[in-house]
Amino acid sequence: MSVKKQSESAITLVCCKCGEEFVKASVTASYLGAEFPIELWKCHGCGVVYIPEELAVGKMLKVEQALEDK
Amino acid sequence: MPPIRKVGIKQQRVAVVGGGLSGVTAALELSAKGYEVTLYEAGDTLLSRMRAMGEDLLPQAVIDADLEPLEKLGVQVKLQTLISFNGGDCGIAELIEKFDAVYMGCGQPFDAEWQNLLAKDNLNRIQIDPLTYATSHARVFGGGTLRYSPAPYSPITSIQEGRYAAVSVDRYLQGASLLAGRENEGLCTSKLYTDISGYEPTPEVKASSADGHYSREEAQQEAVRCFPCSCMECVKTCEYLKEYGSYPKRYVREIYNNLCIVMGTRNLNKMINSCSLCGLCEVRCPEHVSMAEICLDARQTMVETQKMPVSAHEFALRDMAFSASDSFAMARHQPGHSSSAALFFPGCQLSASSPEHVQSCYEFLCASEPGGIGLVLGCCGAPALWAGRKDLFDASMQQLEATWTRMGKPRIITACSSCFRTLKEAKPEIQVQSLWPHLNHEELLRGKGNDNSTPYAIHDPCSTRGVEEVEGGARDLLRGMGVLPLELNPRGETTCCGYGGLACFVNPELTARTIQRRAAESTADFITYCAMCRDSFARQGKRALHVLDLIFPEGNDDAAARKDPGYSGRQENRARLKKTMLERLWKEGQTAVKKATSVHIPEEIVALMERRMILREDVCTTIEHAELTGEKMMIPGNGHLLACYRPACVTYWVEYAPANDTFDVFNVYSHRMQVR
Repeated sequence: MSVKKQSESAITLVCCKCGEEFVKASVTASYLGAEFPIELWKCHGCGVVYIPEELAVGKMLKVEQALEDK
Repeated sequence: MPPIRKVGIKQQRVAVVGGGLSGVTAALELSAKGYEVTLYEAGDTLLSRMRAMGEDLLPQAVIDADLEPLEKLGVQVKLQTLISFNGGDCGIAELIEKFDAVYMGCGQPFDAEWQNLLAKDNLNRIQIDPLTYATSHARVFGGGTLRYSPAPYSPITSIQEGRYAAVSVDRYLQGASLLAGRENEGLCTSKLYTDISGYEPTPEVKASSADGHYSREEAQQEAVRCFPCSCMECVKTCEYLKEYGSYPKRYVREIYNNLCIVMGTRNLNKMINSCSLCGLCEVRCPEHVSMAEICLDARQTMVETQKMPVSAHEFALRDMAFSASDSFAMARHQPGHSSSAALFFPGCQLSASSPEHVQSCYEFLCASEPGGIGLVLGCCGAPALWAGRKDLFDASMQQLEATWTRMGKPRIITACSSCFRTLKEAKPEIQVQSLWPHLNHEELLRGKGNDNSTPYAIHDPCSTRGVEEVEGGARDLLRGMGVLPLELNPRGETTCCGYGGLACFVNPELTARTIQRRAAESTADFITYCAMCRDSFARQGKRALHVLDLIFPEGNDDAAARKDPGYSGRQENRARLKKTMLERLWKEGQTAVKKATSVHIPEEIVALMERRMILREDVCTTIEHAELTGEKMMIPGNGHLLACYRPACVTYWVEYAPANDTFDVFNVYSHRMQVR
């Protein structure tokens, strides 16, 4: 993935719809009725959330599988 | 002595009379079960008979070490305490009064004064049941030499009696049946099958000493003759059964427990869904236990109780839905005919793997068989069956039955072993035939095949294991071409390629090992007559041919090196087959299909999509959505765009860039969790 983290508060990603940069924000991840607060990058304008590849195929996948076995 | 662990603590108290082997064993067993145990011994020491064997034969230190658990488990040992029959603090009647149960392992001869308490047998011994060790008094049990004398003293028998009597005492105190399920205690005829063909017969080691006892070396030599008795016939042949480190008897119990969990993690879900349902275990098992039946039944229960992991079979069922949709499914009588003597049902996987062969077979059948051969494209529903989705399977069967009825209920000729089996089992009223005997025409086979200088090894699909019409039919075709393949296994014992049971979608790593194991059985190119088997081998780099590659060769290509089309390619091939057949044979143009977005996906990303079970269609839809709505992100460093889209239950992410009339794709991933 080519999206780079520049500092704790900035990544190299711009929302095409709003022209805004992505900022760190607390969002809610949900699956099969379970919800968790998580800090991720979010467009300051429209609120779309960026989910990095390593999160999607790593920890997120593990949590999904664990919830499916509950 | 193996370590003994105390399991819980119980309030009931047990007195054990006699510090010999049976008494000590009973005390250890009952204490480990949590009872408060007091052990009475009339002499100065426990195991006096063992200690009398002499230091050279059985050192005192060894005996003391074996007795250590007594203290650790909290057994109260009362030495020099003779249990009399005349009352007082240590009278038998008082023990019965004070304790919840008493085990008599004291080896005392019957005393007339006991008659008031315990019945005797015709040898004047305390009457003891040989199975439960119960006496005539409900709270009193007995064993050891007290029961089996005047038979010669046997340390092993004494230990066995103490152990089994402890089981009875425990059952009595728990209010359970003393008899239930104890048929196999002690000496019994075992059903355990053990293949001893791998062991050379070796003679019994004779003791050289005059007293008949072994020396240390002789004992070791004799012990070496013992090999572990176990069956494992199914585990030996199945990568899946081997994977989980145990064997079916234990798996069945664990699967049952997994299904019973109300709250908590069901750790065995993946294991249940990793069986290919091929049934080789049942063939190999001396008792014909089928893990396939057990796993399929468990899957159906999981679906019914809504405990089936949603991601397990979703991708495969989506593929099945595609095959049942208008994109692929169709039914027509042969051009120029208004009825069909038979229907050719090639199955969805041959159509997905080599649509050209479907076309060739159909054209041959039309030319060689009278009465008109209809063509039915669609799915038999096997994926739904394997996923435990009875609802979907029944719906699929109804759809197929309706088509069959509309076409005049003729015979069905299928090229797929899974379709053959599924239809035969679910709809016995339909006459289902294998394609292979229908292709056995001398003029078709003449001049085909190879010269056997590099023979093929034949792999039979597991769905029709042992079905002569299919296995024999395919061999007849090969013989007709002069091809003499090597047999990989005795007929009727073929293994699964890993697609069966949808195992490859749930546990691709295990499936890869299964295929590699099969592939390693011969360096020869494989020849098979199942499209899915062929493609499974191709995916793992094993050169493999479909029998149709020999009968209907396509150009001069090296057919054994043909690649697996991949999940997206499989759907595209099916759709293309329907379009081609309708246009060529029925002169029907399909209604205009929406032109898909053109994308260029490099090979390594295609491979990544296969692993992540993402279709080309998903990539196109995500890009289309992003371009239409403007909902995308830009990565300033390289100018790539990043889009996400959730058409149903999965969110897809695609990194891409426009390039002339197409889009270059750089990365693809997905997740199921929603984030807001």
